[in-house]
Amino acid sequence: MRHRLAPYLLVLPGGLWLLLFFVVPMVTMLSLSLQEGDVVNGYVLTGHWQTYVDAITNYRVQLVRSLIYGAITTVLLIVAAFPVAYFIAFYGRRRKATFLFLLLLPFFVSFVLRTISWRYILTDEGILLGPLKDAGLLADSFHILGTPVAVILGLVYNFLPFMVLPIYVALERIDPRVVEAARDLYASPLLAFRKVVFPLALPGVFAGVLMTFVPASSDYVNSAVLGSSSTTMIGQVIQSQYLVSSNYPTASALSFTLMAVLLIGVFAYARALGTEDVMKVAAR
Amino acid sequence: MSDTAAIELVGVHKDFLSHGDTVQAVKPTDLAVGQGEFFSLLGPSGCGKTTTMRMIAGFEEPSGGTVFLDGNDVTGVAPHKRDVNMVFQSYALFPHLTAYQNVAFGLERKKVAKDEIRRRVGEMLEIVSLTGMEKRSPREMSGGQQQRVALARALVNGPRALLLDEPLGALDLKLRQQMQIELKRIQREVGITFVYVTHDQGEALTMSDRIAVMEGGRIDQLGTPREIYEKPATRFVAGFIGTSNLLDGSVDSVTGGVALLVFGPEEKVLVPVPASVTDGAKLEISVRPEKIDLSRDAPAAADCSVLTGTVREVVYHGTSTNYTVRTSAGADLVVFDQNAYSAEDLAGPGDRVYLTWSPQHSYPIGVRP
Repeated sequence: MRHRLAPYLLVLPGGLWLLLFFVVPMVTMLSLSLQEGDVVNGYVLTGHWQTYVDAITNYRVQLVRSLIYGAITTVLLIVAAFPVAYFIAFYGRRRKATFLFLLLLPFFVSFVLRTISWRYILTDEGILLGPLKDAGLLADSFHILGTPVAVILGLVYNFLPFMVLPIYVALERIDPRVVEAARDLYASPLLAFRKVVFPLALPGVFAGVLMTFVPASSDYVNSAVLGSSSTTMIGQVIQSQYLVSSNYPTASALSFTLMAVLLIGVFAYARALGTEDVMKVAAR
Repeated sequence: MSDTAAIELVGVHKDFLSHGDTVQAVKPTDLAVGQGEFFSLLGPSGCGKTTTMRMIAGFEEPSGGTVFLDGNDVTGVAPHKRDVNMVFQSYALFPHLTAYQNVAFGLERKKVAKDEIRRRVGEMLEIVSLTGMEKRSPREMSGGQQQRVALARALVNGPRALLLDEPLGALDLKLRQQMQIELKRIQREVGITFVYVTHDQGEALTMSDRIAVMEGGRIDQLGTPREIYEKPATRFVAGFIGTSNLLDGSVDSVTGGVALLVFGPEEKVLVPVPASVTDGAKLEISVRPEKIDLSRDAPAAADCSVLTGTVREVVYHGTSTNYTVRTSAGADLVVFDQNAYSAEDLAGPGDRVYLTWSPQHSYPIGVRP
């Protein structure tokens, strides 16, 4: 009898954890989004679906903007992370561990602090723009801080390792002889990359997209620190609805909507491009 | 064989830097492989055979010397521009492609017409007996089948030469022997030059037209399987190819091109030698175990080599029985006796025995004519 119960006992710690810190908050939040009232007089569950309609109508701009920022960030991440992962996997040799450590090193400093340091780099007379303006290469009115560029830059910076690592893992698994085989079969270095290395790395890219698109779209720090009112993302709206306006139902409704949109997006993405198919498409 | 060698290496060597020291993985080597020849590079791991092959394929650039393919200098030419194809030790099939796509890969890169590709891939899959497996992915195939895909993938391009890097190393014995015969058949069928890298001397002996035995980055001996087995040029070759008995001694007299070495009152070794060998010369003589007769009675014939000794070990091998005999000449000799007529052992441990063989079955190692 004991061995039959064993699997369930093994699930118990993690299962309880998820129940307590995932299922319970989710149910609470769902219930909160359907309540009416205010902080002073308390909230009553009324099943008020109109909150969703109003929240989506009022914050449609921020929601769409967040998804666009998330998408641009993800694309830029692939472009930036692939060469890094490629270098470490194929040229890292004995220093692979060192390179991976260097990649993660900045992340020992708090997320917020690192983002704030980007303010100093990007500020109008800062170390980046200052000299360029002094040299007359940029107009004095030129600025990056407060623009979508700054926000997306911050997002790309903060999520880089989450794209590099899965791609690195996929590249690392490629047998170098397979690449040599492609070279032997009349493929130039570029063609060997396109026909063999890239298709074999796609599962890593696929995983990287999942790991970055979702958190980047719902991020609220980068826009708050590096952006302006014209770059407000949905994460910031939710945060201020909770903590500033104390409008719990709207905040909950927005959270649920964001989650639903991202989940649907991710599922559609996974269905449309299962890793097997991804490779086959790319190999054509 | 036509006049131009399919592959020719002239003074090719490869130096590696290791811990600040230059190590010659391949010492300056000259080598010519004929058209349509089955040529083996045989040696233990680290002897430079794989590096030599990779220099032919273009994956390693020689530190010096010239590589010719069909008479054209290809030194410094990138692998994808060389008309040779390789079968890798671990097969290195493209895991994301089907068997068909794997085989078609090279032809697609060469921009061969679609119909032509379909025809040639189909033909090649038939030659390697994989018809019907087109849509399988490498993961869904057995080791032997993957091996055939790797072979077909290289051969379908009709290369000037096919380079095979220990292609059967990962297969079990039965399958390996079957593939040896098959490889030989395919080579005859397609008529392409094969350069075969292996550490398995049995494999090299059965399959090759010629063998280059390599050791320490150098070719020790180059010849037909028969030459290499019967007349090993160095002590290393004698020991690496099959089992060999080595005897050291000095020449007492030479008559009619045959040297006499006396080891005792009734013990002597007769060995054919070149004219450069004179009285007093030190010789190292190789005798193959299956050439030696073992008997408890003194031999009748006078014109053969005779040694006496004590049997130390008798091992029954099914087709033969192997005896280890400590001789008065100072060396332990191994004797293989075919179990053709008698299931009885010729002698037991501790027995005094006579070992005899005819002069032409022994060979002085490393003596230049």
